[in-house]
Amino acid sequence: MMASSYNAKEEDGHNSGASNNGGAGVVKSKKPDNTAFKQQRLPAWQPILTAGTVLPAFFVIGLIFIPIGIGLFVSSNNIKEFEIDYTGVDVNNPCYNCAKNFSWNSTTPCLCSVPFTLEQPFESNVFMYYGLSNFYQNHRRYVKSRDDSQLNGDQSALKNPSKECEPYRTSEGQPIAPCGAIANSLFNDTLELYYIDSNGTKNTIPLVKKGIAWWTDKHVKFRNPGGNNNLTVAFQGTSKPVNWRKPVYELDPSDPENNGFINEDFIVWMRTAALPTFRKLYRIIQKKSSTTPTLPSGKYLLDITYNYPVLSFDGRKRMILSTISWMGGKNPFLGIAYITVGSICFFLGVN
Amino acid sequence: MTVPKDIPDKWFPIVLPLKRKKQKGLNGAKSTKKRTEEERRVRANDREYNEKFQYASNCIMTSKYNIVTFLPVNLFEQFQEVANTYFLFLLILQLIPQISSLSWFTTIVPLALVLSITAVKDATDDYFRHKSDNQVNNRQSQVLIRGSLQNEKWMNVRVGDIIKLENNQFVAADLLLLSSSEPHGLCYIETAELDGESNMKVRQSVSVISALGDPNNLASFDGEVVCEPPNNKLDRFCGTLYWRDKKYTLTNQNMLLRGCVLRNTEACYGLVIFAGPDTKLMQNSGRTKFKRTSIDRLMNTLVLWIFGFLVCMGVILAVGNAVWEREVGSLFQSYLPWDPPVDNFLFSAFLSFWSYVIILNTVVPISLYVSVEVIRLGHSYFINWDQQMFCSQCNTPAEARTTTLNEELGQVEYIFSDKTGTLTQNIMSFNKCSINGKTYGEGTDPLGPQPKRLDFTPFNPLADPNFCFYDDTLLESVKVGDTHTHKFFRLLSLCHTVMSEEKREGELFYKAQSPDEGALVTAARNFGFVFRSRTPGTITTTEMGRPVTYTLLAILDFNNIRKRMSVIVRNPEGRICLYCKGADTVLLERLHPCNQELMNITSDHLNEYAADGLRTLALAYRDLSEDEWEAWSESHRCADKAASCREDRLAAAYEQIEQDMMLLGATAIEDKLQEGVPETIAVLSLANIKIWVLTGDKQETAVNIGYSCKMLTDDMTEVFIISGHTVQSVRQELGRARERMIDLSRTRDGEKEEGMEGGFMENGFKEAQEGDGTGGGGKQLQCPSPSPSAPPPPSNLMDNISGEFALVINGHSLAHALEADMETEFVSTACACKAVICCRVTPLQKAQVVELIKKHKKAVTLAIGDGANDVSMIKSAHIGVGISGQEGIQAVLASDYSFSQFRFLQRLLLVHGRWSYLRMCRFLCYFFYKNFAFTMVHFWFGFFCGFSAQTVYDQYFITLYNIVYTSLPVLAMGIFDQDVPEQRSLEYPKLYEPGQLNLLFNKREFFICIAQGIYTSVVLFFVPCAILSNATQSTGVPLADYQTFAVTTATTLVIVVSVQIALDTGFWTVINHVFVWGSLGLYFTIMFALHSQTLFKIFPNQFHFVGSAQITLLQPVVWLTIALATAICIVPVLAFRFLKVDLKPQLSDTVRHTQLVRQKKRKPVGRSVGGAWRGVGSVSEGRLGARGSRRSGYAFAHQEGFGELITSGKNMRLSSLALANFASRHSSSWIDTLRRKKNSHAHTPPSASGESSPAPSCVSVSVPPLSNSSSVLGGTPDIPIEEDRGATLVQNTQTVAASPTQTPPASAPASEEAAVLTPAAVRAHGGDSPGGWTVTLGTVQEALFGWKTRTTASNSPGPPSVAKETSQIE
Repeated sequence: MMASSYNAKEEDGHNSGASNNGGAGVVKSKKPDNTAFKQQRLPAWQPILTAGTVLPAFFVIGLIFIPIGIGLFVSSNNIKEFEIDYTGVDVNNPCYNCAKNFSWNSTTPCLCSVPFTLEQPFESNVFMYYGLSNFYQNHRRYVKSRDDSQLNGDQSALKNPSKECEPYRTSEGQPIAPCGAIANSLFNDTLELYYIDSNGTKNTIPLVKKGIAWWTDKHVKFRNPGGNNNLTVAFQGTSKPVNWRKPVYELDPSDPENNGFINEDFIVWMRTAALPTFRKLYRIIQKKSSTTPTLPSGKYLLDITYNYPVLSFDGRKRMILSTISWMGGKNPFLGIAYITVGSICFFLGVN
Repeated sequence: MTVPKDIPDKWFPIVLPLKRKKQKGLNGAKSTKKRTEEERRVRANDREYNEKFQYASNCIMTSKYNIVTFLPVNLFEQFQEVANTYFLFLLILQLIPQISSLSWFTTIVPLALVLSITAVKDATDDYFRHKSDNQVNNRQSQVLIRGSLQNEKWMNVRVGDIIKLENNQFVAADLLLLSSSEPHGLCYIETAELDGESNMKVRQSVSVISALGDPNNLASFDGEVVCEPPNNKLDRFCGTLYWRDKKYTLTNQNMLLRGCVLRNTEACYGLVIFAGPDTKLMQNSGRTKFKRTSIDRLMNTLVLWIFGFLVCMGVILAVGNAVWEREVGSLFQSYLPWDPPVDNFLFSAFLSFWSYVIILNTVVPISLYVSVEVIRLGHSYFINWDQQMFCSQCNTPAEARTTTLNEELGQVEYIFSDKTGTLTQNIMSFNKCSINGKTYGEGTDPLGPQPKRLDFTPFNPLADPNFCFYDDTLLESVKVGDTHTHKFFRLLSLCHTVMSEEKREGELFYKAQSPDEGALVTAARNFGFVFRSRTPGTITTTEMGRPVTYTLLAILDFNNIRKRMSVIVRNPEGRICLYCKGADTVLLERLHPCNQELMNITSDHLNEYAADGLRTLALAYRDLSEDEWEAWSESHRCADKAASCREDRLAAAYEQIEQDMMLLGATAIEDKLQEGVPETIAVLSLANIKIWVLTGDKQETAVNIGYSCKMLTDDMTEVFIISGHTVQSVRQELGRARERMIDLSRTRDGEKEEGMEGGFMENGFKEAQEGDGTGGGGKQLQCPSPSPSAPPPPSNLMDNISGEFALVINGHSLAHALEADMETEFVSTACACKAVICCRVTPLQKAQVVELIKKHKKAVTLAIGDGANDVSMIKSAHIGVGISGQEGIQAVLASDYSFSQFRFLQRLLLVHGRWSYLRMCRFLCYFFYKNFAFTMVHFWFGFFCGFSAQTVYDQYFITLYNIVYTSLPVLAMGIFDQDVPEQRSLEYPKLYEPGQLNLLFNKREFFICIAQGIYTSVVLFFVPCAILSNATQSTGVPLADYQTFAVTTATTLVIVVSVQIALDTGFWTVINHVFVWGSLGLYFTIMFALHSQTLFKIFPNQFHFVGSAQITLLQPVVWLTIALATAICIVPVLAFRFLKVDLKPQLSDTVRHTQLVRQKKRKPVGRSVGGAWRGVGSVSEGRLGARGSRRSGYAFAHQEGFGELITSGKNMRLSSLALANFASRHSSSWIDTLRRKKNSHAHTPPSASGESSPAPSCVSVSVPPLSNSSSVLGGTPDIPIEEDRGATLVQNTQTVAASPTQTPPASAPASEEAAVLTPAAVRAHGGDSPGGWTVTLGTVQEALFGWKTRTTASNSPGPPSVAKETSQIE
């Protein structure tokens, strides 16, 4: 390559240089500008790590973290939480039979009841969660297996779901609505809670099934196709997901605001979990009056319609009851971590 | 991207064999493509005939692209970069749905960005090339077409055209000179553009054609030239002209090459032989070797390692995937079946490997290379903008001609410097003279009043106003008409080969081929003997206002053997006289015996002048009778016509007449040093940079300059001279030098041990020293054989040499020393020396020496020079610096950096280089850190998501993280960061050492960064993981969903890396603030925008994260998580750094701290910016008095052949014009003088070998670690020292505690003790850590303190003399 060897600028530069000798001052000075920026003299703050700055900083961090940690720890300890595993691995478990005899094709639901006792009363609102373990909602193929356009009520996506949904895209020649592995694996156990009072009667505890999804999910992200009018018509020409017992427009026939894609149980399921062990909000038990606890201590019965098999991949199913505080659910780790970090900083600062 | 930049590379006069070979290949390839041109036939004025051959037109094209080809060609070039291809490969991988773990745009956006930035840069470069091409191609030239002159653009000039050139015009193509306006068809050209020589050269046309003269005749000229095909040999042309059935031989003497400028010639006509790309100028241009910095190479290695790491991670995760798919995934198929092509876990693992390669590729971010380029560009601009590297006299700012080497400027260990024009100004000034036994031009006494500069104008209207002379007695002597003085100046005005140019009456310009001669003639001019003009037969002068014309009878020209030149002239009265000037040794032998007394006096004067480092000449004359002249003239003619041995016979003839001369006197010319050279060298050597001077000059001159610029000092233990002519003798001399060094350093070590018995030192260190000392001694005893073939001592022995030695080696010795079997010996000897001077070296040898050091020392080398003969060395060194001085622009064009004063070098290295290195290192550390922190989270997540290559973050975050969220703060740090202010880095040259030792970014530092990054990624993943898995919103909704987790982790990551950059940034300018805060702000803004409902409504399939940011960031738990993770990431780093600064402070930390304390105490630090080197300068000036003397060799920077040119119009030969080699005289007499002087100093034993007196230099020399700073402070020693002490007390209590015990400065013995102790203590601390550069504050304190006590003890403002110290020791 003979690139860039001969260039006029150089020649001219030399030329003008030669003529310079005769008359100086004619040529304009090439002196660089005397600006702070060009001379690298911008005013600057130059922090230095000295004992005078670092140690007090540690000290302050310690002073801030320790009280926060204590506060978090205390409030976390005040939260009541109850957890029960109803997978049915154990022979003694009431759901053992349901788990063992599960068949995808069976039409009759398997029912089982798990009794339990709450030692302490649960004040304020109680939140009921179902928890799954060893369930990989965060698997890449699982996570992407959905069509947000379809879930947003887009007509063309309804009829022609995204390729990402494969292999749950079409069934029997018809597009699946909602398509994809996430929707297909919708958690469909039904949980009901009864309080057994002292005389042995079963009192149904009212479970609120609305208000369990994110506001944006419920109101922005998930839309039924063609509005909320006749869902049966709207979903005509689509097929239900293969694992489902009923089509999407029958998820909650009682409440049109909670049916189809905007069914909150469905929405909650569609918000995939970050870790293979997770819990999802199932129902809310509203506090009724200020005097009586929402869930008094005593005996309870959990009725389960066992539809959802997890044993095949060594999964677990749990039901969790929990109250919450200002910083959410029971979380002792946060408080302890804060106290630890705070103490370390404090010690560093004091030394 | 690192697309090899073609450094605008010009035509090289120094045709290295290597280079030549390369270009031959290049040209060969080129010409075979077209057609091999065997010979060139050109017929004048016959375009049709010449067109048959399809010679290249005169249009040149240096641009690479045009509008159509730009995109494909540029993309093709860019994808030749490995990194770019790699990212392209990733992009293709991402298009496979089973593999794609990221959207295609996460790779294509950064890639496109990088490609387009590079493309824009290339396009701009090419645009300027187009512009310059156009400018050159559109220049006007006058072409003779059909008998009339027509203006044509250069690009339209064809081979075979006859073009007319006028004075000061550029030659448009390679021309055969046809005729000229000057007599004899002569014309003068300046070839500075071509070979860098600024003197004029003469070209002559073939005599028959020159007779044609005017254009009308030329139009009918139909000669045909047959010549060699285009080549790149600048000094050779061979061809034949056929005209009117006669053959004329053509040589280079008849050619005007493109790139030359016509001077002193009204007009000339030339026949175009080679045009455009075929011209020698273009044939000589080639692509320069692309230089890479060591950081670059390290970076590439590291990137390879990271690729390896990436593959390892991929394999681990793929194995994990295989296990998981087998154990869990296969069972989980009821909910998540395998993708269609996947039918077993192994295949799934294979795909997973590639998926992980894609998501983990961000450990080698594409933006790394582009960021590095941007930072370097920024640093280059700072160099260009530096006002303190601007020379107002020559109106040239410093220029970074390459933008890729900046950080290497901070690592230089060896500087190879040219002498003439680099260290010296190449300006000769007539300083002193001795006339008839009386010396004039007394040395100016620095203490006395500044003598008045003589004003010549009233006495002599023709005087040169720039001439300086201070001794008015000489002028008086001229005015009263002293015959000797008159004869003296008459000689100077007649005996020379200077050409004069008188544009206007009285405005004389001398064109001298050597500056020495110009200085002499100018001196004569000012003293009333004005040389006005010459013709081949006459010389016209104005003597004391009276015009006189001498008949020039003969010029007895100069050559290297004769070392003198004479003229024989006949004055208007008819008397014939021979005037001679030459080297004293030669001339004094040829004097008439009656001169004995005068000769002795003059010899003394000559010695004196030489001692002052002046270049001397002796002058003599001889009156000739008419008969003598006739007789000699006859013999001369005979000799001249002789066919064989003409040279010898001429010399004999000259010898015959240059006898029995009468001595007139002697002149002394000062070779002026450039401004600030000694100071710069002092500072640079304090920075542990070794300076080698490689010069074409004679040994004596070089050694002289070595002394005057303080490279050599009388404090030096010994200066070795290697001047053997055979391999054996060189080997012997080297061996002897090494033995002496070991010997002396052993004695010195012994001395030191004795000193240590005093118990001043820490025990551990003392032992180490002793071990070294005895070890060295033992080995020495084992092999006492002084045989010449003694094997080079083990290198570790040579490395431990203490004491200051210098080596002077001659060109022919160097040739032997550079032979393969001597190399190591030479390197180990030379590198043990503080200063090395190689004299009489050829350009090729210069390059070889540089290559040698590069090969054996693994050190960064810098070559600095100004002339064409330095080009080879500039090109072969890691960094080439060109001095844009007087010798053309050759060196500058080949260089990487250029400026106009040698002293700017210290700023370039100690300020810009140091900063660049520091910034680049900090940048790289942080860059690798942030990307590991970012990417490794995916690795940990892999264990929780079934190794499915699910990303932790939103894909947009992955796309933007490197190019938007974190790029600007680190760029700002990389461009603007400063650890200590510029003044400090000049004051404490030791601050430069971390760069030389490569301490700031090496493999160890890299692993620390990586470890920190991985640690951060662990925290970033597991802390949110642990907290969020159980956390819920206040509405009871769990926070453990993927999107919340992604937002939390990403936010934490951005905050952590921002806090980290805030910690790393040591210099917070407005820009840093804007970038750091701006990046954080930008992160939140973009995140909220991407998670907004508006975007989701438009593309529901692209923006899954709708609402996540809003909801997540409203949760207190999320913020608590972020705060916790940040604290866990940062607190250990902070603690570690603090402890490092506190317990093991580096010099820069100390300096910074001192600065801070000082600023707090007293707001403005009232020290001028340039004060540093001036301060040092004053100290070295102070030492000047104590310096010993040397005998200068005389210099007669002269070339042979000009005399002949002048006297004869014809038969000219300018064979050796290009060679600027000067006369030599082998004399070691200077060392005798040196010894004599030393004797007179009384404190050293006569041998000067230092056997029994090694101590003094030990004391005076070992201060350097900080002597510079203390000497700077020396002017006002008290205040700063107090300040420093104040700062110290906080820092390092142990060492400080030691010093107050020695405090009482009042009692003399105590202070003496301290004075002796301190340097030793400094040394001890220096040796404490590897390389001894972490001089603790305590040591600073001690050094300063010691200095202070010493100054009080010696009670003198300057540093104490050597003698004083000796007495203290004894």
